[in-house]
Amino acid sequence: MSDVVEKTLTALPGLLSLDSQSTKLSSTSKLGNLIRGITELTSKHEEEKLIQRELTSIKEQVSSPNTSMRQMKELMVRAIYCEMLGYEASFSYIHAIKLAQQGTALEKRVGYLAVSLFLNESHELLLLLVNTVLKDLQSTNLIEVCMALTVVSQMFPKDMIPAILPLVEEKLNHPKEIIRRKAVLALYKFYLIAPNQVQHIHNKFRKALCDKDPGVMTASLHIYLQMIQENPEGYKDLTTSFVTILKQVVGGKLPMDFNYHSVPAPWLQIQLLRILLFCSTIFLCRDVAALCIHCVSLFFYCIQPLSSFPAILYESAKCIGNFVLSLKINLKYLGLKALTYVVQQHPKLALQHQMTIIECLDHPDLIIKRETLELLFRITNAQNVSVIVEKMLEFLPFLKIMLCCCIIYTLFIVLILFSYEEYTYAPDNEWFIETMSTVFSVGGDMMQPDIPNSFLKLLSEGFDSVEEDRKLRLFAVDSYVSLLQGEPGKLPQRFLQVISWVLGEYSYLREELEAATVLRLLAKLLDMKSTSSETKSWVLMAMTKLCEGGAGVSVTQEVCETYGSSLDTVLRQRAQELQHLSQDCELRARVLPRGAGLEPLEVDSSLSFLDGFVSEALAAGAAPYKAPHQRQEELAQAKALSLEPYGLSLPISMSSCSIADRQSPTLLSVSSGLSGDSPDLSHKGGSTTLKLDGVKRVWGREGYLSEREPVEESAHVEVPSPLQSPSQQGEADSSQSQTLTPIPTPQPEQEKQQLASSLFVGLGSQSSVCLMGKSESTTQRFRRKAKGTVSSSGASEQISNSLASTPSTANHLLCNNLLDSNITSDLAVSSLEQTSQLSQGPAAANGICDVELTGSDMSETSPTLIRDNGVVAADPAPHEDPDKLKDLCLRTHLPAEFSGLCHSEITPLCTNQTLDFSACHLQKEDSLALVAFIYNCILMFCSFQVSCVCDSPVQEARSHSVAVCQYSLTVKRPSVHVEVVGTASYQFPAGTPHSAQFSYKLPLTSFIRPLTVSTEEYGAMWLDFSHDTKQKLTLISDGQEPLTDTLNVLKKKLQLHVVEIIGMEGIVACRLLRDQPCLMHCRLHAGTLSVWLRSPVPDLPDCLMYHCQRALQEH
Amino acid sequence: MIKAILIFNNHGKPRLSKFYEHYSEDTEQQIIRETFHLVSKRDENVCNFLEGGMLIGGSDYRLIYRHYATLYFVFCVDSSESELGILDLIQVFVETLDKCFENVCELDLIFHVDKVHNILAEMVMGGMVLETNMNEIITQVDSQNKMEKSEVLTG
Repeated sequence: MSDVVEKTLTALPGLLSLDSQSTKLSSTSKLGNLIRGITELTSKHEEEKLIQRELTSIKEQVSSPNTSMRQMKELMVRAIYCEMLGYEASFSYIHAIKLAQQGTALEKRVGYLAVSLFLNESHELLLLLVNTVLKDLQSTNLIEVCMALTVVSQMFPKDMIPAILPLVEEKLNHPKEIIRRKAVLALYKFYLIAPNQVQHIHNKFRKALCDKDPGVMTASLHIYLQMIQENPEGYKDLTTSFVTILKQVVGGKLPMDFNYHSVPAPWLQIQLLRILLFCSTIFLCRDVAALCIHCVSLFFYCIQPLSSFPAILYESAKCIGNFVLSLKINLKYLGLKALTYVVQQHPKLALQHQMTIIECLDHPDLIIKRETLELLFRITNAQNVSVIVEKMLEFLPFLKIMLCCCIIYTLFIVLILFSYEEYTYAPDNEWFIETMSTVFSVGGDMMQPDIPNSFLKLLSEGFDSVEEDRKLRLFAVDSYVSLLQGEPGKLPQRFLQVISWVLGEYSYLREELEAATVLRLLAKLLDMKSTSSETKSWVLMAMTKLCEGGAGVSVTQEVCETYGSSLDTVLRQRAQELQHLSQDCELRARVLPRGAGLEPLEVDSSLSFLDGFVSEALAAGAAPYKAPHQRQEELAQAKALSLEPYGLSLPISMSSCSIADRQSPTLLSVSSGLSGDSPDLSHKGGSTTLKLDGVKRVWGREGYLSEREPVEESAHVEVPSPLQSPSQQGEADSSQSQTLTPIPTPQPEQEKQQLASSLFVGLGSQSSVCLMGKSESTTQRFRRKAKGTVSSSGASEQISNSLASTPSTANHLLCNNLLDSNITSDLAVSSLEQTSQLSQGPAAANGICDVELTGSDMSETSPTLIRDNGVVAADPAPHEDPDKLKDLCLRTHLPAEFSGLCHSEITPLCTNQTLDFSACHLQKEDSLALVAFIYNCILMFCSFQVSCVCDSPVQEARSHSVAVCQYSLTVKRPSVHVEVVGTASYQFPAGTPHSAQFSYKLPLTSFIRPLTVSTEEYGAMWLDFSHDTKQKLTLISDGQEPLTDTLNVLKKKLQLHVVEIIGMEGIVACRLLRDQPCLMHCRLHAGTLSVWLRSPVPDLPDCLMYHCQRALQEH
Repeated sequence: MIKAILIFNNHGKPRLSKFYEHYSEDTEQQIIRETFHLVSKRDENVCNFLEGGMLIGGSDYRLIYRHYATLYFVFCVDSSESELGILDLIQVFVETLDKCFENVCELDLIFHVDKVHNILAEMVMGGMVLETNMNEIITQVDSQNKMEKSEVLTG
């Protein structure tokens, strides 16, 4: 090694032609020495010592006044090297800035480089750089300008942007393309950091978009994508420009350099399409996308909405097929990824590639394997669930190296199991319990805590049939007892907790199992070293439930003695409980009634029963309770000078006591008091992220619970109908075609085909059938647990199927399709975050904000109101109705409770030949209601489902009727505009499922409500809030009292509450829904209004400031 | 957007690290180590894409890497960048280095960290891809070198 270094060192002078001979030798030898030293070292410790020595010597030289700039530059390179190795050289930061300030071009460049590597946006030293940047931006030397622009886009303090903004703006007109390009990117960076500041230069961006240099145009697309995402309406006029650009790109008008494998600038094409999807109609996009179909198919995930067009879909399915089959592994990966997106809506497409998918499952590359599993996950249905889960479980142990994938995957599996909750999806009880056991023991402690909780909830709540529940629990008990008799030491803690809860709760079901035996098994767990104290408390809890006289006494007694004096207070508490309850049978029966899992626990979260105690203590002179943040705030205030505007002007009478009174009892953390009771908490289940409660039960014991279409009135009745499950159809079909396709295949190939047939069963298409060749016997192998009931019912169903008349087959198909649609919609929920990010591009920060939809209720209005439309319906083009008429019609469908409220205009969200989907919003006192209208334009029944964040139940809409869904919206994280994104999936009887994406945009102001507070309360709140922003706004000065006028405008437009106006100052309060307050303090200052916003919610002040600015500008 | 660009050798020694998002000094080192662990385990004949490590943001981010002789070039990007595009960018980067250094090797990267950074700055600016055309990049780098050289001569 050192040989090589030596050789290179001697060769170096030839490479470095810039420096003069003398300096070169000294400088290279110093860096060279350092590097040589490092390469010769053997241990980390020695390296540390060497670098420390190096840093000390750099420090000395750097601070010496005699060091020339050139030497400084060389020192900086060495400091950069040390920093890269992870050793801090903070002493050199200031010198890096100095070098950038004073050096000539070459040195300056190193200085800037060092600054951008050492510092970050919020570093205070960065302020020192502002002047240098200003100077360099004005320089006539192009290189200096370039360097300044680069450093500005890497990091710049937010507050100082106004100082350099005009200079950067100027650069948009610079004759050199490279400067224009960099200036555009720098402005994009500014836009990301502080959108308000860059608002006024939108026109100049347009110029950049039309720039003759394609590089500048490309750079400006970043900005446009971002801005259009936030406000699609504002840029409609640019649509044609984007289309023209795209056409030019596709037409090969760009220089050849932009080609990638002879496709002209594919990334640019995608970027343009993405923009178009936001700002123009989907039909235009479809036509444009047809131009660049090759790119589209490869990057399907960027522009998913387009996948609903059959023409594009099939064209691109072909391309995707080529990629999937490609021998180049990178292309295969991308093909699989694209396929994963497509099968969400069109599961049948997977059928064409089943053999490839099977091969990918055994691929040596874990990433390919993972992607394949994800693909399989998307096509899971009743028939293949067991095979797919089996495959996933096989894969799980490999994932320990990739922890995060593992967690996700475990969740996926569990989602599959739970989302088809009635576990009719799972072949039977034993399979379900055993799979869960495997998931627990493999996924172990890496899985989210709510998975075991949901599992226990499922067990305790049970399903429709009491007998089945009993069997399930019984089987769980049996299997867990045998696990404990084996080697419980190997099981993860979470699983042990689940086991002990189940045994405690249900082991009485197994009569021949003596409580003492279970107690002994549990006691064994307590003795193991590896058992955590949390698990121990679960075990003790279980023992408490089990200790019932007889033989168990000795065991419990022993345990109580051991843990009665434990240092862990929770354990001691549990041990005490165990001791007392084991002696007092009567009390035990009252405290822990058997089989009472279903009764809700009442938890007094306000701890009101302690009120007496608290008031007594207060009377006795105890200090009132203060929440931790309040205590901290006070501490901080005691230390620092009060600079708050209300520190002085407020009456001091507002004592801290009054605040405390308001807050104390309710703010006490309930969870901490109950942490030991976690087994019980699982009953509440309210906080589980899986949110099973909202999911509609569509699966019953007998299969899919179809809804009877609403007859006359708007009542739906759920009737478990004896419909055949689609599997039988598939099997029936296969048995028919069996004789036709006897394909002799070699052995390994055959195995794969068997696997394929069991994986792709139920996707319902002829092509699957021929692969299923010798179905019956072979599928049994993979579904060995599926015996008894299923197969026998299958046989009977086959008969009934063959006898069935046409209407029943129609039902059949409907059922089949619904099944598919359910899968996809579930996916839409589970992967919503993911997909939205994928499609949103770089702008997640300002993009779609999390909107929580709570509660949905649906109503179907009877079609009589639309009857007079019947004439129009006969018309071949009913969707060309004048909008106004439609609006009027829809308005009559507003739910009665909203009749008094004013609603926004009804805006169409997406329209196609079959469905017309529009929505409006209404402001209610404490929520925002979103009302969606679905108008069925076709003379057929259609069932549909809308999924945003939560699913609405499947609904059916008659022809030419309007169905109304309503949601209540709240904002989780404020942003300037709030966008609701969702999918409406629908299908007709005997038709394929379709889905339409929609998004509905709301300004933040719709969520703002006035907040009525007194000045005193305002003062108290002001101090508590930590997020703030300040800005100067223009004043409305046409009247006598500019302040009052301005505040009135804001009050009117943004629904703010003006608390008080005192002289030159005014205070205003409002709240975001869900009681998130925001306070505003305004002061007249030199003809402008300085506004200071404060709120406990991050981003809220910034967003509100934006709207205030807009409101005043529009005035 | 590109979140980070890392170059390290087969032993995990960092040769260049550039983060376009702020992380603490310690986290940066951990990210380098974690990335090395993820990337170095992979065979030669597998695909060049990976999910990001826990530290840099988990599965929302992807690592796109190429392995050249003794060096790994790793780009960490979010979902808005296309995998193939970045893979191509890495190729352009390496070819540019090869042009600028004439048969680039690991030692060039060690001794001329600043130059490598300068070339990179012409390709990626603040996390956004600025230029993908090698000739353009080389023209820029050359013109800067020329100007500096003249400055050195006159100054």
